[in-house]
Amino acid sequence: MGCCIRRGWTGVVCNMSENGLHYRFIVPGDDFARAGTASGAVKKTLKQLGIAPETVRKFSISLYEGEINMVIHAGGGEIDVYIDDEQVSAVLVDHGPGIPDVGLAMQEGWSTASEQVRGLGFGAGMGLPNMKKYSDELEIDSVVGTGTTVTITVRLA
Amino acid sequence: MSEYFHSVTLDKDACRGCITCVKRCPTEAIRVRNGKAQIIRERCIDCGECIRVCPHHAKHAMTDPLSGTESFAYKVVLPPPSLFGQYKRQEDLELIRSALRGLGFDAVYEVAAAAELVSDATRRLIEKGGLKKPVISSACPAVLRLIRICFPNLLENVLPLSAPMELAARLARQEAMWETGLPAEKIGIVFLAPCPAKVTAVRNPMGTVKSEVDLAVSVGEIYPALLAAMNKCAESYPETDSAQSGRTGLSWGNSGGEAGATFTVRYLAADGIENVINVLEEIEGDRLSDQDFVELSACPAGCVGGVLNIENPYVAATRIKQLRSYRPVSCNNIAGEEIPELLCWDAAVEPVAAMRLDPVPGQSLGMMRRIEEIWSRLYGLDCGSCGAPSCRALAEDIVLGYSTEDACIYLLKDKVDAVRSSMLSLRIDSREKSAEKG
Ligand SMILES: Nc1ncnc2c1ncn2[C@@H]1O[C@H](COP(=O)(O)OP(=O)(O)OP(=O)(O)O)[C@@H](O)[C@H]1O
Ligand code: SF4
Ligand code: SF4
Ligand SMILES: [Mg+2]
Repeated sequence: MGCCIRRGWTGVVCNMSENGLHYRFIVPGDDFARAGTASGAVKKTLKQLGIAPETVRKFSISLYEGEINMVIHAGGGEIDVYIDDEQVSAVLVDHGPGIPDVGLAMQEGWSTASEQVRGLGFGAGMGLPNMKKYSDELEIDSVVGTGTTVTITVRLA
Repeated sequence: MSEYFHSVTLDKDACRGCITCVKRCPTEAIRVRNGKAQIIRERCIDCGECIRVCPHHAKHAMTDPLSGTESFAYKVVLPPPSLFGQYKRQEDLELIRSALRGLGFDAVYEVAAAAELVSDATRRLIEKGGLKKPVISSACPAVLRLIRICFPNLLENVLPLSAPMELAARLARQEAMWETGLPAEKIGIVFLAPCPAKVTAVRNPMGTVKSEVDLAVSVGEIYPALLAAMNKCAESYPETDSAQSGRTGLSWGNSGGEAGATFTVRYLAADGIENVINVLEEIEGDRLSDQDFVELSACPAGCVGGVLNIENPYVAATRIKQLRSYRPVSCNNIAGEEIPELLCWDAAVEPVAAMRLDPVPGQSLGMMRRIEEIWSRLYGLDCGSCGAPSCRALAEDIVLGYSTEDACIYLLKDKVDAVRSSMLSLRIDSREKSAEKG
């Protein structure tokens, strides 16, 4: 069915895969105020699909954390969300600085967030641990100087 | 009573189909069909927003007439805390109490008194722990309905205690039976409603099977008679029983009053339906679990902002603040260790699946694909001419079978243009042909 820009919802592209749904979101790195828009939109869609509330909650929290990280640590990127009968997943790709030590980054409380960002309540070092906690599968693929790809999967109960 | 009884209704003759309410309804529950607004009943939360914004005053709240009280042998009136902010001429709570007696009520039971018991129970529950944090207030029925429809996850966080109105009604009936010896059905419990949500909560309660309130009369209806009665009382100073509630209970009429009475510092209070929705999103995203308590009121400034009230909400809020300053902190406490059953929910509050496309997930995936496809062809102007609040909502309505693509005037115009240009080319064709022949 091809690709289409969602008018009225700038930066959001969707196309429909063979059996299921595929959404693409462009996450701008310089628009702080809009961070969280993509996960909000996905949450609404998942609710309309009648997916179990607990699944919706887990996935949207993970996606929110990933989206915020993308904005505050990596200057934005793209998110692809795939929904089918079995699972909901998201692939978050950025071209930021990368994570030198993923093991360390996964630890609760570890953060390199700037003072400015901390003022907004980010930088508790809880994002990645929460993503781990709320998703069924979490994959982090990061190359310093090239960027980071995070894959979140939550299976439908 | 039907599961979907709603106080909010439409005066068809007054409605001009202007879509003002369609755009403002927080649950996208209104559509204009054949030039008139229609409410999708499963989705309406009785927040009163459409009544507030309708420029033609076509939206109303169905309430019970004051004359309905005549069939009862003994009548108890329940004034909510917000009522005390409605009148300028009011130095103390006693004046309004005696004026209510002057209107023919046999007894007055302040909802604020019951609110103090709910506050006491809330403090105990928070202290005891075991409730999911943050605990969300269950007092505003519009908010509770919103949670059932849009945030079913958060039902776990909701405080499982009766709203002050319901508790007041239970206590008032018990007291009246005890005092008069009359059977329950001879006693009429009359609530003075600041909002349609409370009227709906009487007909179609949540957290209990049947409400103890017999009649919900609009504050607006009783307002002039009560004012006259107050003026009369102020001249003659009749004897009256003394007020029942303190600062804690009275504060419930204002946003922040209930939350403040939890005596925790980790609380948040939001008012106005849009703010409420934003806070619920935060809670659902697990970003407020460090808070103990969240108070949410659908109306701006709290229940003083209820649409059936007369006075400006902020003026009323200030009056209540002045009025409470002469009162003790609280006049009602739970005796003993345990929270009495009377204060607790005796029926579960279940989610309502009014927003999902189809109960079968596999089915709804296909529907969502069609919605996305139709939506991508719509113009994204959200003009509302089709009667739906947005192009997105029209796409959903089409897939759900409630509307058609022809409802979109722009798609229709495209169609007409296409027909016109094909007719034009036909004409040109035939002219060319006849020119060839000729
Ligand atoms: N996409 C990313 N690109 C580069 N570095 C990242 C990325 N995501 C996470 N990090 C690094 O991992 C650290 C931990 O991330 P995490 O999300 O757990 O905490 P945080 O973002 O610092 O704080 P919080 O999520 O609690 O607001 C970050 O401080 C940052 O150094
Ligand atoms: S009362 Fe509120 S929810 Fe119901 S139709 Fe009006 S605006 Fe919508
Ligand atoms: S805030 Fe109060 S007045 Fe407004 S809808 Fe809720 S209960 Fe009614
Ligand atoms: Mg983070």
